[in-house]
Amino acid sequence: MTGLLEINSLGKRFGGFVALESISLSVQPGERVGLIGPNGSGKSTLVNCICGTLHNEAGSVHFDGHLLDGATAHQRTRRGLARTFQLPRPFASLSLIDNVRIPLLYTVAARGGALRAAHDIDERCADLLREVGLDAKARHLPRDLTQVEMRKLELARAMAAEPKLLMADESMAGLTHSEVEEILTLLNRLNGQGVTIILIEHIMRAVMSFSQRLVVLVSGRMIADGEPNEVVRNPEVERAYLGQ
Amino acid sequence: MIFSFDLLVNAIVSGILIGAFYAAVTAGITISFGILDIVNIAHPAFIILGSYIAYIVNITFGLDPILTAIVVTPAFYVLGAGIYQIYYVSFEKRGQESMRGLAFFFGLLFITEVTLVLYFGVDYRYVEARYIGPTWHIAGLDIPLRILVPCLVSLLMIAVLQLILTRSFVGRAIMAVAQDQLALKLMGVDPIRIKRIAFGISIASASIAGAFLIIIQPVEPSVGREYIGRVFAICVLGGMGSLPGTLIAAMLIGIFESLTSTFYGPSWAPAVSFGFLLLTLAVRPAGLLGR
Amino acid sequence: MRSDIFFVSCLVVGGIVFAAALALGNDYYFFAGYVVLQYIVLSTAWNILGGYCGYVNFGSAAFFALGAYTTVAMHRLHPMPIPVDVVFGGVVSGVVGFGMGYLTLRLRGAFFAIATLALAVVLQTLIVNWDYVGGSRGAYIVRPESFAPFGSYIKYLFMIMMLLAVGAITVARLIERSRLGYGFATIRDDELAAEASGVPTLRLKLIATTISGALMGMAGAPFPYYIGFLQPSSAFGLEYAVNSIAMPLIGGTTSWVGPLIGAILLGSLQQIATVTISSAVNLLIVGFLLVGFVIAAPNGIIGLVHKYIQHKPVGQVGRRRVEADSPEAAP
Repeated sequence: MTGLLEINSLGKRFGGFVALESISLSVQPGERVGLIGPNGSGKSTLVNCICGTLHNEAGSVHFDGHLLDGATAHQRTRRGLARTFQLPRPFASLSLIDNVRIPLLYTVAARGGALRAAHDIDERCADLLREVGLDAKARHLPRDLTQVEMRKLELARAMAAEPKLLMADESMAGLTHSEVEEILTLLNRLNGQGVTIILIEHIMRAVMSFSQRLVVLVSGRMIADGEPNEVVRNPEVERAYLGQ
Repeated sequence: MIFSFDLLVNAIVSGILIGAFYAAVTAGITISFGILDIVNIAHPAFIILGSYIAYIVNITFGLDPILTAIVVTPAFYVLGAGIYQIYYVSFEKRGQESMRGLAFFFGLLFITEVTLVLYFGVDYRYVEARYIGPTWHIAGLDIPLRILVPCLVSLLMIAVLQLILTRSFVGRAIMAVAQDQLALKLMGVDPIRIKRIAFGISIASASIAGAFLIIIQPVEPSVGREYIGRVFAICVLGGMGSLPGTLIAAMLIGIFESLTSTFYGPSWAPAVSFGFLLLTLAVRPAGLLGR
Repeated sequence: MRSDIFFVSCLVVGGIVFAAALALGNDYYFFAGYVVLQYIVLSTAWNILGGYCGYVNFGSAAFFALGAYTTVAMHRLHPMPIPVDVVFGGVVSGVVGFGMGYLTLRLRGAFFAIATLALAVVLQTLIVNWDYVGGSRGAYIVRPESFAPFGSYIKYLFMIMMLLAVGAITVARLIERSRLGYGFATIRDDELAAEASGVPTLRLKLIATTISGALMGMAGAPFPYYIGFLQPSSAFGLEYAVNSIAMPLIGGTTSWVGPLIGAILLGSLQQIATVTISSAVNLLIVGFLLVGFVIAAPNGIIGLVHKYIQHKPVGQVGRRRVEADSPEAAP
């Protein structure tokens, strides 16, 4: 069975420290997968390996039928993988609208077809900002944004790359209840448009309501993968979170 | 190329001795760049400054250059601490250390060199001391004392620095600040203060290295620039933040330079370390004793 | 303003400057002006890699000298017209820029900067030991008395450098306003995020080093004719390294205007100072200005002007929209 994203026995070490061990995961197109685990369990490392920011020594990653090993991060983004960063990394000297323009210029354009007319690009940028509620600050620089708004910018920028699969790395940290709902609505809408989503989060309420499937990472190993309600009742998962 | 075993052995031995000196010159960079991640390309300029101070005192009072340097060390420490403070406030804090920080140190290098040219001119300067001149002849080897003495004191200095880094609280805090500033803060230690101390030590070591330099060879203001590539090459080759690694890498480069100089001519020697650097960067950025 | 219109406008301005220098009746102005124009090219070139991409090059002198020594080497074979020298100088320096970039650009910016220092020394050592181009003894290039219709040869050299300067700032402006300019800005701001957004960072960095190196080589190509007797110490002179960094940083690294202002201001000051005070004090002042500006006015003169006149944050490259099928939508 080949899914959109196929991870086979992926392993990553930093010197003597094993960050990820033999991770295998298959994600189908259109799925909503939640990825949870205690701090330091390797969630972001996994995202980095999938996206090409880090190089995994063991195992392989297939996306959309293609082997990703050896591909640079930008090549993977062009294939349709997108991610947000746990700590937002906006382009500090560019306005919000230009931040969102970059993936359009470099990812969407590189996929072939003529570069859209500038007017279309501008409009698309404005639309993206509007979807995350940042259109009022379109011409501002990222330093004028609150933490929350920066996370929204991260999402908008990831969306601008028109991904097939989006990995949202803790996009909701520090948000209020209603803001979390906003982001969830956004992600659900994206999913409705056909984007596969892997949600990496600590906010259990959000993860539970969003995910069709839940994967749990503890100390670099995957200890559970299945239906959310069953997974949370798994004793090993309970132990990892609550201690014993 | 006249090859003789004698020549070869002498070249290797003098390479090792010079290597120890190179390690002393690089020690400061090992701390500021290897550990603190500050690209202080002005370091050689401070070494030359140390050389000139040793020179003035030697000419005026006849004092031994190494002793002079040790006495002057506190002043260099204060200078280093001050420079770090400016660097921190202007660049590190604002997150602009990559381009502007580099330009800042380049400016310092430049200002120091040109000021020395204005004051002292471009003539070569040298010092006088009892051990400059005599050469020991041991087992067929020619060992000039003016190289042996700085070599031995260099080894001493590196040993002292290594002891400080590994045994003292401040030293270990310096090693820690490179790895986890937040943890340090949580332990009640101000990381900025630690970095300031470290940078101060780094520049203080330049004072002593400067004395070694002017004992080994005559000095003029642009000599510092030859050393820029050398010190970074040695630091990277030695695995960045490791003093023992620096020592080994320095001796390696010393030997290669010495061999090149003996068998191909001294004008090719500068290219050796720089060539090494380019090669290391291209192939194995983590150095020999990699981090 | 479209780039071709800009180019022509600059040529017109250049023509006016040429005429003004002519009117002053003294060849000295052409000699001095040549140096300023040369620095416009050098600082604009440096800024493409340094200001736009954030990668500091300490070895500008190496690329400049490569251009100069390519001319000398070819002159020994068979003297060529200067435009041919310029092309060859550009090609050689561009290739070396590409090669060096390929070796080191996968590393952090700091390592790249150190590598450029290393390159400068390696190159200088190679040239010093290469007798074909004169080695440390130097090489004479006989400057012809005159070149019709310009009269004295220096006027011809001045015109060539003027064309190069106009070309350089046109290229820089073109880059700024194109997709390439946006890409460079993301490399400067956050390379990791740039890659994640689909920007091919290595490719763009190589483009930047190649263009930057090539322009510097082109600036160096006519130099042997200007100076008459070329020694490694003059070709690899410290003033090239420091000025090509100081001028953009003082003028402002955010756009093509910065290096232009920096070069004109600092270049002219230095030409005046060399006549009145020693060249060492001259360089010392540049050093102090560099450090002062970098600490107190990080956005240079452009930044200061923005602060006082517009009260707006200094927005970066890419304020203009990219026209889809215009010639400005670069690679």
